[in-house]
Amino acid sequence: MTRKLIKSVINIENKEHEFIGEVSLLEQETWGKNDTLKIIGKEISRIDAVDKISGTASYTSDINLPGQLYGKFLRSPYPSAKILKIDLSKANALKGVKHILTYENTAKYKWYYETSFLLDPIVRYEGDEVAFVAAESEEIAEEALKLISIEYAKLPFVVDTEKASTEKNIKVHNWGNIVEPSEYKRGNIETGFADADFTIEDEFRTSVVLHNPTEPHCSVVNWDNDELVIYDSTQAVYQIRELAANALGIEQEKVRVIKKYMGGGFGSKLDLGKYTIAAAIVSRELKKPVKVVMDRKEQNLCVGNRPDSIQKFKVGIKKEGLLTALQLNSMGTVGAFPEGAGLSWPAKTMYKCPNLLVNEKSILTNAGAARAFRAPGHVQGIFGLESLMDECAAKLNMNPLEFRLKNYTEVDPVSNQPYTSKKLKEAYKKAADLIGWEDWKAAGSSKSVNRIGLGMASQIWWGGGGPPAHANIKLDKKGNITIYSGTQDLGTGTYTFIAMVASEVLQIPIERFNVVIGDTKLCPYAPVSGGSMTAPSVSPAVRDAAERLKEKLMDTAAILFDEEKNSIKYSNGFCVNSDGSKKVSLSEIAGHLNEQDLLIKGSRNENPKGYAINTFGAQFAKVEVDTLTGKVTVLKISASYDIGRVLNKLTLDNQIRGGIIMGLGYALMEERIIDENFGKVLTTNLHTYKIPTMMDIPEIVIEIASDYDPMISNTGVKGVGEPAIIPTAAAIANAVNNALGVRIKSLPITPDKVLIALYVSK
Amino acid sequence: MPENNSTGKFSRRKFVKGFGATVAGAVVLNPSIPKITKSLQKKIKISEKIKLNFNLNGKNVSTDIYPYNTLLEVLRKNMRLTGTKKTCNNGECGGCTVIINKQAIYSCHILAMDIEGKDVLTIEGIGDMHAGEVIRKAFKDMDGLQCGFCTPGQVMSAYALLLNNKKPSLDEIKTAMSGNLCRCGAYHNISASVIEASNKL
Repeated sequence: MTRKLIKSVINIENKEHEFIGEVSLLEQETWGKNDTLKIIGKEISRIDAVDKISGTASYTSDINLPGQLYGKFLRSPYPSAKILKIDLSKANALKGVKHILTYENTAKYKWYYETSFLLDPIVRYEGDEVAFVAAESEEIAEEALKLISIEYAKLPFVVDTEKASTEKNIKVHNWGNIVEPSEYKRGNIETGFADADFTIEDEFRTSVVLHNPTEPHCSVVNWDNDELVIYDSTQAVYQIRELAANALGIEQEKVRVIKKYMGGGFGSKLDLGKYTIAAAIVSRELKKPVKVVMDRKEQNLCVGNRPDSIQKFKVGIKKEGLLTALQLNSMGTVGAFPEGAGLSWPAKTMYKCPNLLVNEKSILTNAGAARAFRAPGHVQGIFGLESLMDECAAKLNMNPLEFRLKNYTEVDPVSNQPYTSKKLKEAYKKAADLIGWEDWKAAGSSKSVNRIGLGMASQIWWGGGGPPAHANIKLDKKGNITIYSGTQDLGTGTYTFIAMVASEVLQIPIERFNVVIGDTKLCPYAPVSGGSMTAPSVSPAVRDAAERLKEKLMDTAAILFDEEKNSIKYSNGFCVNSDGSKKVSLSEIAGHLNEQDLLIKGSRNENPKGYAINTFGAQFAKVEVDTLTGKVTVLKISASYDIGRVLNKLTLDNQIRGGIIMGLGYALMEERIIDENFGKVLTTNLHTYKIPTMMDIPEIVIEIASDYDPMISNTGVKGVGEPAIIPTAAAIANAVNNALGVRIKSLPITPDKVLIALYVSK
Repeated sequence: MPENNSTGKFSRRKFVKGFGATVAGAVVLNPSIPKITKSLQKKIKISEKIKLNFNLNGKNVSTDIYPYNTLLEVLRKNMRLTGTKKTCNNGECGGCTVIINKQAIYSCHILAMDIEGKDVLTIEGIGDMHAGEVIRKAFKDMDGLQCGFCTPGQVMSAYALLLNNKKPSLDEIKTAMSGNLCRCGAYHNISASVIEASNKL
């Protein structure tokens, strides 16, 4: 028996999910360090690079089906209102308008965890869906939106997180404004504070930020006989299949979701879009394909954001630097519908602290709903925690790195389980050396106009991946090899590492492999591409499939040579017999097989029991602050990580730098701003919502601290997509504090905040 | 808009926006391109299609457009060239960058009728040229991309830069490429790709 059905629990994006699925039991020798391998760990160009660079890559928004209609949503201009009357007569009279959905003529498709509907007579944020027009062209659809007349009764609204948390009269839903209050206790917080030599209380804040992937959210939907085909710009083809089938009340087997290329997601494309279901409803009705593409404004209003945070800390420390107690009260807004704004995992798990008390709340406001955004919770939480740790070190006149090492933990403080691997100490050392940490001086040492500062921050995340995750490998009669897996490439290099892993096992060039992913009809199940779990889940399944294929090739060669199987050797795509007199290539073996296609399924193994699986890392920042203008310039970031085995050094470094740059935007410029008088978002385009450009990027140096995780899988890979962004803002904030001797306690650190802080401190 | 639009309205805001940008482009970027031609002639009726002739990727082409169509719309819809991406549609991100008479231009921010008689080069057109081939290879080798959606725009800006400045400094590269946003943050590799291409050309 080489397979087994198991139940496993995996943490994805801050939520625990239970999976029942098949795992591989095939024993495979652990690969050694990357320098003993032929292709894994090398710098390999993407196999999909040419397609993307030449403009021939077809993204969802590039797909056009014959006779397709174009869909557009009419959205609420008000943050809170009740729809009194809808008049579609003028819009319906416009030539080319084919169908208009409103709550009056559409079934009540439940949405947002059953707190609302696809089309709801109550609108709860600026941008909430009111009507859906399908027309012969995008221009006609847009024109029709202007001809729909809606009578609204405006309702009171609340857009400020703190105000909403205590507001008695203005409720986003009739049941209140608070979701998911949670409490976590460890040890005894009172004794912890009593044991402390010092206590520090402080508050840190972060802003709501917007994903802004370059490709807008979009779907092209068609009913092909009784099969619903959805081309979707998604991070999760299988999840979209399940959610769409459930929403429409049809069998999953009748839904096919396809995503070949996508223009970024960062968490915002894990969920089913209202646009997808509205398009499907119209498509089923009119028997025509329907295409819906968000514009930039819709994207920034309606398809997710990172919650803001207000983090109130109290910490107890001993003179020698040990944490005795940590208390955290936090809240953040999730917009108008239930989501999680929790951010306490770093506080719970980053350091050894015996006594902990955490209280968290997610607050409803009349704004677009939150969605997972690259390391949800951790990016906010690490900013607060690591700012606080710097304050502790300063209180004790201690080097911030030394303080963190004093509180280093070798076991997961929540479960008390050991880690499968933790190379954070090594990562600290490498990143510190790369930035020149020996030059670190206490905060505020410089009095010049332009002040240089050094800062650091640590990082923890999950990212171990897990089952079920499968890959099929197909050898056709001509020796062509295709690998299928229901995973996704977000720009992270999934296509390429799949070919690399198979190439390593079968010892033939990566050009020999076709990789097919992101299609629920062709590919076996693989998890969502979120939680940094794609590579750690999928790479072991690919290796498993390739190893099984190799076995099969050797079985066949044994028959061809009429020898015992254990005398056959496999080398560089050939099977050789015992005395080396007979040799047959992979393609020749394929030609001998009377099965036309050899299809072999590989699967991810079960994660080891009794261990915590985490990624770790540290970033150090060097900044320059102009005290006359308040402008912060990041000069350099060094980063080092324990992320298990490196699959492709070229795409890995690119992804880490990208995370750091996104973190830099979070630290210094990104912020969704809502006008509190009107409840309208002022930052709906890329002119008002600033993201980093090529002018903003610092020098970035990266060194990986880990060789491979020895326990989790046959590839020993952990994820890196989210770890890359987690510590950046905290490291920059600590460096700014180091430069100025004044701490900016809210993100983004804009010039006005710097100038005010300097002025107040004088 | 449909030809017999019952309301007789057109999207004036869009038209004016495109018009304004054309003026700005003409004044700020380069006085020689793109010159405002037909959009200034008031006799054009907004709801009637007009014939547009221009040179696209080395071939003379002709297509029927509405006066309010942007070049981006004409490229993606009329010419079915989807390599040029619609990302912000507001002149903010550079995903739709094309080259008009040797200058990098946001195609979402220029009215199609203003390119009458001009040479337009898109991502699909540079592959056959030596410089295009070198730049594309540099982006592949240096991994100057992640998701790839902004990449055609990046490649076109790099092409326009190297067309006018064979050996740009890093600062010149940053300035020339700063109008092309990459949310994945592949900027280091993008600038490395431009340097690599510059060395190979």
